[in-house]
Amino acid sequence: MDFLKKNPSLPVFIAVLVIFTLVVTFLSEAYGTGALSTSFVKTLGKTLCLALVAIAMDLVWGYTGILSLGHFAFFGLGGYMIGMWLMYARTKIIVVESMVNAPIPPTPSEISDAIGSQIFGVVGSSDFPLVWSFAHSFWAQIALVVLVPGILALVFGWLAFRSRVTGVYLSILTQAMTLALSLYLFQNDSGLRGNNGLSGLQNLPGADAISQDNISIWFFWASAFALLLTYLIAAFVVSGKFGSVIRGIRDDEARVRFLGYSVEGFKLFVFTLTAILAAIGGALYYPQAGIINPAEIAPIASIYLAVWVAIGGRGRLYGAVIGAVFVSLVSTYFTGGQAPDINLGFYTIKWVDWWLVLLGLSFVLVTLFAPKGIGGLFDLVSGRLSPNRQGAPLGPDKGSLREEEAEQ
Amino acid sequence: MSQLLEVSGISVSFDGFKAINNLSFSIGPAEMRAIIGPNGAGKTTFMDIVTGKTKPDEGKVLWGDLSRNLVGMNEARIARAGIGRKFQRPTVFEDQTVFENLLMAVNNDRNPLKVLFFRPKPADFAKVEELAGEIGLSDQLSRKSGELSHGQKQWLEIGMLLAQDPKLLLVDEPAAGMTLGEREHTTDILKEAAKTRAVVVVEHDMEFVRRLECKVTVLHEGSVLAEGSLDHVTQNQDVIDVYLGR
Repeated sequence: MDFLKKNPSLPVFIAVLVIFTLVVTFLSEAYGTGALSTSFVKTLGKTLCLALVAIAMDLVWGYTGILSLGHFAFFGLGGYMIGMWLMYARTKIIVVESMVNAPIPPTPSEISDAIGSQIFGVVGSSDFPLVWSFAHSFWAQIALVVLVPGILALVFGWLAFRSRVTGVYLSILTQAMTLALSLYLFQNDSGLRGNNGLSGLQNLPGADAISQDNISIWFFWASAFALLLTYLIAAFVVSGKFGSVIRGIRDDEARVRFLGYSVEGFKLFVFTLTAILAAIGGALYYPQAGIINPAEIAPIASIYLAVWVAIGGRGRLYGAVIGAVFVSLVSTYFTGGQAPDINLGFYTIKWVDWWLVLLGLSFVLVTLFAPKGIGGLFDLVSGRLSPNRQGAPLGPDKGSLREEEAEQ
Repeated sequence: MSQLLEVSGISVSFDGFKAINNLSFSIGPAEMRAIIGPNGAGKTTFMDIVTGKTKPDEGKVLWGDLSRNLVGMNEARIARAGIGRKFQRPTVFEDQTVFENLLMAVNNDRNPLKVLFFRPKPADFAKVEELAGEIGLSDQLSRKSGELSHGQKQWLEIGMLLAQDPKLLLVDEPAAGMTLGEREHTTDILKEAAKTRAVVVVEHDMEFVRRLECKVTVLHEGSVLAEGSLDHVTQNQDVIDVYLGR
């Protein structure tokens, strides 16, 4: 009961998520009236995955004060790991079908070679690189979804936190990590098809008979369920003494150290946990997107993530969800060409070009004038007030909460 | 002779400036000690070295019955070994309640996984309430510590120190910015603590030091100038020259 008392938003969040899932299901083409197109259901499902990774970002930034600008790298890696299996398994089915009429039954190595040339023909190769060693096994790749980003985060975090890199330097380091990873994947000999990335991921192997209408809603359900679990995990992590310690690290790291807590250990734990959560989000996102390429983990993607959390309101879990859902849906609207152009006579504002300017401006305005973000609107209902400290932050550290963000 | 903490021959310099110069110091297991000295005498640097924040250029800091050398250990490990520190400015976690602040300090397992699955037991609640009673904050437990007055924050921080159950308490200017009544309360808390553990108080205020009724060490330019009772050191000509005379 203590858990619920410390997370009053939890029942509301669960209710909203369940109602939303039911409404979308009953309006979908597969199980309902068909008012929502399958592509829009996919957009909604992807949005839920983005909300999931935003929660991870809120844990690491809003609660622990580590402004990581690299969490989309973990998201992308999760997508790549599941994408390898999807692509391999589906290509294998196609290859086996095409060889079934051959006069001599193909040997396993012939099948493997044929799959290789199908997948890697586009980068002028036909051999499986080492990283594809487990691509034939669904369960192995599922394990890699967690292991690869988890181990990367563990090693990176260990090196960075052990050297006590904090603040903006850590942000730059995480940006460098995601940039390096993206540049590496852009190379054809990285073994993941260079800038072509992995494609056709929306086609589940052996499910050709099932329409995308159904598959899209299944993925939507899976994304909603994963989001719910992530929210529960995050609420559990921040509600107890662990939450106290990480908020202490955010506001005054040195003090936590003198209490005898190993700050590095806690940071590493949160960093790795959130990397794994982000990777799970990615593994659900990219089968709905259908394609993943290295541009997805460009540094800008991780910056967007911070922008979502800031606009939604950091340091509160539902704020991260609201920010991610709101900004990514509005972004889809503006960049999808649906927003009408504004003709000023001498100049026409095309939203496809100007959306980023609008987003950047909103980010600056929110940071300056509404540090609580959209989540702050709920304070008007709940009556939560900020303390009056004449603008003083709540701790000496760079990431510490500002007066306006805190609760009285 | 069994001393709790034995600092021998430490020196440290910052950009050529010798902040601590061949300093030796020792304190027994249940003793109160005041350290006084003019600004720049190395009082805070001395605490930084003992708690692991600053690494000395040379010398040893020996701790406990086993005489383990603390030099080279990180802050968290030294804190877990039993050295608690109170800073000059009250540093409590302002966005958290008094209860949360104290619970975080209570001496339980500090391992991240243990902390994650930690749920306070009746014994922990009792301990927090007992501490809150000692520092006079029993009716403030559910308040955010940022709302407390300056003096109350100082006490909360001392309470957090006691919660850690350290063998040695290093207290940096506990009375700064306190009213007279608050000072008296602070003296009582510290004297009570010194019955069961070692307490080192760094303080500028002579009146406050007098009320502590303990042995005094005078630091000057990074080394010990004089040691003894307050009356003894205040009559020492060197001390009068460098400190009291000004």
